[in-house]
Amino acid sequence: MITETKGYMSVNFLISQAKNIQIVIDENAAEIEALDQNIGDGDHIFNVQRGLKLVVELEDDIKNLPLQKGLNIIAMKVLSGIGGSSGALFGTFFMSMAKTPDLDKDIDFKKACEMVITGINAMKERGKADVGEKTMMDVLIPVSEKLNELKSGNKDMKEGLSEITKIAEDRMLGTKDMLATKGRASFLGERAKGHIDPGARSSQLIIDTICKSLINK
Amino acid sequence: MKKFINNVDDFLKESLNGFGKAHSDIIKVNFEPNFISRKTKTKEGKVSLISGGGSGHEPMHGGFVGHGMLDAACPGFVFSAPTPDQMQAAAEHVDSGAGVLFIVKNYSGDIMNFQMGAEMYSGKNDSIITNDDVAVEDSTFTTGRRGVAATVLVEKIIGSLAENGGSLEECKKLGEKVNKNSGTMGVAFTSCTVPAAGKPTFDIGNDEMEFGVGIHGEPGRKREKIQPSKTIVNNMLEAILDDLKPQKNEKTLLFVNGMGGTPLTELYLVYDDACKILKSKGIEITRSLVGNYCTSLEMQGASITLLKCDEEILKNWDAPVHTAAMRWGM
Repeated sequence: MITETKGYMSVNFLISQAKNIQIVIDENAAEIEALDQNIGDGDHIFNVQRGLKLVVELEDDIKNLPLQKGLNIIAMKVLSGIGGSSGALFGTFFMSMAKTPDLDKDIDFKKACEMVITGINAMKERGKADVGEKTMMDVLIPVSEKLNELKSGNKDMKEGLSEITKIAEDRMLGTKDMLATKGRASFLGERAKGHIDPGARSSQLIIDTICKSLINK
Repeated sequence: MKKFINNVDDFLKESLNGFGKAHSDIIKVNFEPNFISRKTKTKEGKVSLISGGGSGHEPMHGGFVGHGMLDAACPGFVFSAPTPDQMQAAAEHVDSGAGVLFIVKNYSGDIMNFQMGAEMYSGKNDSIITNDDVAVEDSTFTTGRRGVAATVLVEKIIGSLAENGGSLEECKKLGEKVNKNSGTMGVAFTSCTVPAAGKPTFDIGNDEMEFGVGIHGEPGRKREKIQPSKTIVNNMLEAILDDLKPQKNEKTLLFVNGMGGTPLTELYLVYDDACKILKSKGIEITRSLVGNYCTSLEMQGASITLLKCDEEILKNWDAPVHTAAMRWGM
């Protein structure tokens, strides 16, 4: 698990989170692949694994760079190295995070929330998907909304993060009985029902890993 | 998994290497970022056509780069959309000043990556999206229909117009017409195996078929017991005709496409069945295409595409083409 971070968002924080996430995704790879084979074509897990590997491999190149520069390099790596919907969406996520103002100052928890919210909004725009369409956005949008609440409220951070893990899990499970209207599963009509969306599952695992590492810090 | 593979990670690169060597008279394969371009430079004032998509559909799209068709193709990993830097590099490489038209199959990943590529490219460009698959219901609230085999026809027909001086707007307009006049329906008997996965994408019984399958082995609308060819073909054509609603005696192009694992002998049998059925409905077949053009790795199965043709479409279909996978008239 995560050992050292300066502030709530830094290049080292991102790299160490990517390493944590890599372990969790690998542990759950078979399940995600099976979900994708039910309603997609099975490429999602390989795209996510390839992306994580590429980010982790960037460590030596970016560990001493300022946050904005590091985020832009991660964004281009993800964008050019993954492909598929995941590459475009996660690339957009990092690229937009890098555009958050005042990244050269110390990043407190509120600022970190703002960055993630900005990133998720850009993904929503890029993928043109909203909640209820059986995609990763079913997990990410409610998480973003909760972060927005935490950002402006005075709730205990750890309590808030714990609530986020719960929201992510509920929303991930909630994709099971949805009809898909976006993405490859949308081509299946009624047959997509009864299967959890693989993108929702991988996103939930990512959020769960990050939140738990911060809670246990 | 039984495949010709040395190392899964090198699968795409080695295949592209071979493609480049085998067709060095027509194309050049560029690496990092990966794109296939014509061997000769696009002539000045000619609109450049660029397509692309996940690999595994060969000869689409690299096999369609050359005179009278595409200027460049961007191959992604197997069944994964290519990345924006590939489209940007290809556009910069081939644009001769008349602009770039991106031809994109309607899949979320392709749409997003091509959009980003188009945003990153500073030159004049536009896109057309193909969505000919009648197995999927069309709707503005959803991803809509898939872009499948008719993409081949779009690329051939606007390739000819671009070669003969058509403007970016004219090429886009003709491409949209071809797409709108096309309908495709696919059937699979077996699954396919993505090299990185190492096992079949879906399980299917020996006596079953997937009706309305996509080109990535993604499930279709229905799983059915296999039936005689004429029954399957009739069901496929009914779905297409319901959608296209051709007039009596309307001229059409009939395209029987193999998914990769079905021999040509069977594809011609399908063509024969389709001819008989269309004839009985008073639909005139004026052009034909039979073969493996838009495949799904080693999947057994076929798709049928019907294209309603007017004079403009026929003229551009008949025009000379010289690519790795399609060649006539020159």
